[in-house]
Amino acid sequence: MARPVNEINAGSMADIAFLLLIFFLVTTTMDTDSGITRKLPPPPPEDMEDIKVKERNIFKVLVNKNDRLLVNGEQGDVRDLRRQAKEFLANKNLKSGAVPEDRPEKKEVDIPLLGGNVWISKGIISLKNDRGTSYDMYIQVQNELAAAIRELRDEMTQDYFGMRFDQLTDEDKIKAIQKAIPVAISEAEPEDIGGK
Amino acid sequence: MAKFKKKGGKGTPGISTASLPDIIFMLLFFFMVTTTMREATLLVRITPPQATEVQKLEKKSLVDYIYIGPPQRKALGTDSRIQLNDQFAEVKDIREFIELGRSQRDESEKQLITTSLKVDKETKMGIVTDVKQELREVGAFKINYSTAKKQDSKK
Repeated sequence: MARPVNEINAGSMADIAFLLLIFFLVTTTMDTDSGITRKLPPPPPEDMEDIKVKERNIFKVLVNKNDRLLVNGEQGDVRDLRRQAKEFLANKNLKSGAVPEDRPEKKEVDIPLLGGNVWISKGIISLKNDRGTSYDMYIQVQNELAAAIRELRDEMTQDYFGMRFDQLTDEDKIKAIQKAIPVAISEAEPEDIGGK
Repeated sequence: MAKFKKKGGKGTPGISTASLPDIIFMLLFFFMVTTTMREATLLVRITPPQATEVQKLEKKSLVDYIYIGPPQRKALGTDSRIQLNDQFAEVKDIREFIELGRSQRDESEKQLITTSLKVDKETKMGIVTDVKQELREVGAFKINYSTAKKQDSKK
């Protein structure tokens, strides 16, 4: 006589299913689009005069077609770029307009959240690349410059509001910090020196 | 122990199908979550460069994509080409592409349109610069260099 087979208890099947569902939910990385957001400048008007910017206010970064860097007239390395850019844009004392000779000048701006009139750096990072520069290198440079600005913003936010910049939720505070440390990256019109 | 008395029935009882809906729902949810709608079939090969300072692109409905990279079909050469929607294009076609994108959005959203540049990392900047210049001319100032997230290795 065959042994009678018990009915399989299906009550826990739903639990197993949910377990699997949660497992996949946790482990699947969604294909999100991410990247470095930039704002292009509007095309220059026909009759525009060259804006004169003092030499000391510019941090020049040139990338040639061999992906080599020239930072302020000297050969540079992409790994040092972040530190150099940070040093250039650093603004420890918002209360005073006095700066050493080799640092960019400051200008006075009214930001109420940071305590009324403050002095912010007039420094501009000028980025110039060749047509033969690889896109990868260009992004690395953009990334390091963005990182420098982000770190400076983090430090300032820490001083004033006691948190990191990306932890700020108050729109006004975000605006204030952005105004105090703007993304001062200017891209020159491209030049074709090295050929393709 | 009457509780555990074996039933007298013969043969195999059918497996309960009560949980089948759960399994189906699980599969449904899984695919719902992982599926990303592809905007276009890629005709170019794109390996995005890596960066640490990436921001997520929000409001995907307000993003237009421009793909630049070497063609997938080797017969078309290895020089980077521009792809708009489903076909190869030239720099001058970008104006029409951007204007088409604008006409599909509400008036209030037109300022918020972001153009995402999905560019292969081996591409030379020349073609990217041309595209950027064209975007400036057309007035599509908000751009996003599509990059993959790299963990910040503190050197």
